[in-house]
Amino acid sequence: MAYQVGDVVAEADEEGYLQDISLWSEELAQAIAKSENVELSPEHWEVINFLRSYYAEYQIAPAVRILLKEMKKSFGPEKGDQKYLYSLFPYGPAKQACKIAGLPKPTGCI
Amino acid sequence: MAVTLGFDASKAGQGDPQELPALRPGAMAASKSYPASSAQQQLLGFPGELVDQWQIKAIAKLGELVQRSRALKVALDACVKCGACTDKCQFFLGSGDPKNMPAARQELLRKVYRRYFTWAGKHMPWLVGAEDLTEATLDEWYIYFHQCSQCRRCAVACPFGIDTAEVSMAAREIMDSIGKGQRYCNEIIGKVLTIGNNLGLKKHALAATLEGLEEEIKEETGVDVKLPLDVEGADILLVAPSADFFAEPHIASLIGYGKVLHEAGLSWTFSSHASEAGNFGMFIGSSENMQRVLERVGDAVRALKVKRLVVGECGHAWRVAYNFWNTLAGPYETLDPAYPIPQHICELTYDLWRAGKLRFDKSKNDHIRLTYHDSCNPARASRIGPDPGSQFEIPRALLRATCNHFYDMAPGTIRENTFCCGGGGGLLTDELMEVRLRGAQPRMRALRDVADEHGVTHMAMICAICKAQFTTVLPQFGFESDGVVGVHQMISNAIVLTGSVQAQEYEARLASAGNGDVAAGGKR
Repeated sequence: MAYQVGDVVAEADEEGYLQDISLWSEELAQAIAKSENVELSPEHWEVINFLRSYYAEYQIAPAVRILLKEMKKSFGPEKGDQKYLYSLFPYGPAKQACKIAGLPKPTGCI
Repeated sequence: MAVTLGFDASKAGQGDPQELPALRPGAMAASKSYPASSAQQQLLGFPGELVDQWQIKAIAKLGELVQRSRALKVALDACVKCGACTDKCQFFLGSGDPKNMPAARQELLRKVYRRYFTWAGKHMPWLVGAEDLTEATLDEWYIYFHQCSQCRRCAVACPFGIDTAEVSMAAREIMDSIGKGQRYCNEIIGKVLTIGNNLGLKKHALAATLEGLEEEIKEETGVDVKLPLDVEGADILLVAPSADFFAEPHIASLIGYGKVLHEAGLSWTFSSHASEAGNFGMFIGSSENMQRVLERVGDAVRALKVKRLVVGECGHAWRVAYNFWNTLAGPYETLDPAYPIPQHICELTYDLWRAGKLRFDKSKNDHIRLTYHDSCNPARASRIGPDPGSQFEIPRALLRATCNHFYDMAPGTIRENTFCCGGGGGLLTDELMEVRLRGAQPRMRALRDVADEHGVTHMAMICAICKAQFTTVLPQFGFESDGVVGVHQMISNAIVLTGSVQAQEYEARLASAGNGDVAAGGKR
């Protein structure tokens, strides 16, 4: 599969993760979100932006525990909550939010 | 992503865990792992694509493996199709696909072995069910040898002791050697080889994670429990599955390891170089890759000059550690022979508790009604502790010491008869979700029974794969996903750290109870 934004075609794997994460842009995030049936609100962007800044520093997605802690610290206790994150990303913050944020899929026993 | 493909888990989760299903030929033929990419293959020393003349090369590889492994030759020669294994595989019980019967799964390889390596098969193939290696057979190998979790439940039932795990490892090794590898396993092995762990956590990410967890423990207990990384000269090197640094509920057990080691006053460290206990090299039957992964452990032992080697809660890691660490990564000159090399974290904790060095406040787990899932690899492929069967007793003793409400599941579903979680052996990948759900069905039924009868709310285990698999599939079967706990998570909840806020409260309670019930739950 692939996503198209303007004349940029971004190849994705069978599950919709970008093959080349350097192609990510906010417009591409919109396209990925659309194919996931997620409409991006400012609240979604809070999560996406944190994921991207964490990835830039550590080259891996944050553990859910770290994501919750940071969300709590930056945006208040009601947002540092697993249920809240699932309400934004029904298939889970670790997988669906990472996909939209243009991060590679986490691998391993998780 | 929950792709259930006509599988109604809520309905399937009721009934006798060992109920024989109606036959559904071909039912699982569409469940197929994604293939490894060319780059992923080559990193492991395998061809990137299906090679020219792959039949000839596959048959030659089979011949080489049979030469090398007497166990494999016996497994391929000895089966008389008595049927004892038929109803033992959770993937057959959950799916009804006859090719998931262990003998039928083995037969996919055995029919080819007979054709090329036995006199009767060479001369009268029609008489002995010997068949040429065709593209259709290769395709079936790929599908059905990736629907086996190498759990050995069938091997326990086999009168000859034939181990399907050996056969499925061999089949995967042959497929890798001709360029037909599985993405999930091979991508992960590549990450260990290049970064050091299955997840791809680099040193600075590990350090930041551990620092964050130290803060959490301090907030919870008021005690400075350290989670050291790369400390040269520490006594103990603890090698945990990398999921313990990342996933839920795994992290809670890692916190438990830290608390136990702190309370016992032991000097210890993690290693960023050997930051993975897991070793998927075993799943793909590749001793070369298993050894490459293991070399990191040997390197870390020598570099950090530790005296003891301890393994965290990871099922297949323990199988590899128990059986192969000494031969493939040893000898370890610095290690103290007075301790098991390597030692399971549960045995270490158990010994400390028996020696009176740990106090547990069981009431901290009073909200939990608990059962224990024996993970297949510690149960059937290794031992924890000194005695036969102590791999079953030690974790249960720790759970009973930390929780007032413990109930075992039905006898045919635990200990050496335990079911696989449904995600072991390289199946813990989303495209195999239907296999995973169906494979989990027998365990989910056994859990349902103790939930109904005893109000069980939580299931403890000592395997990172089991934890991840159950966290994903439990909700499908109508349970809460946070009902999955690690043994050291239970310990973490109950342990009374000297000088902690919990200790003050516990000691006050002890004093007012006049050494009554509370003390019984504490030190032995």
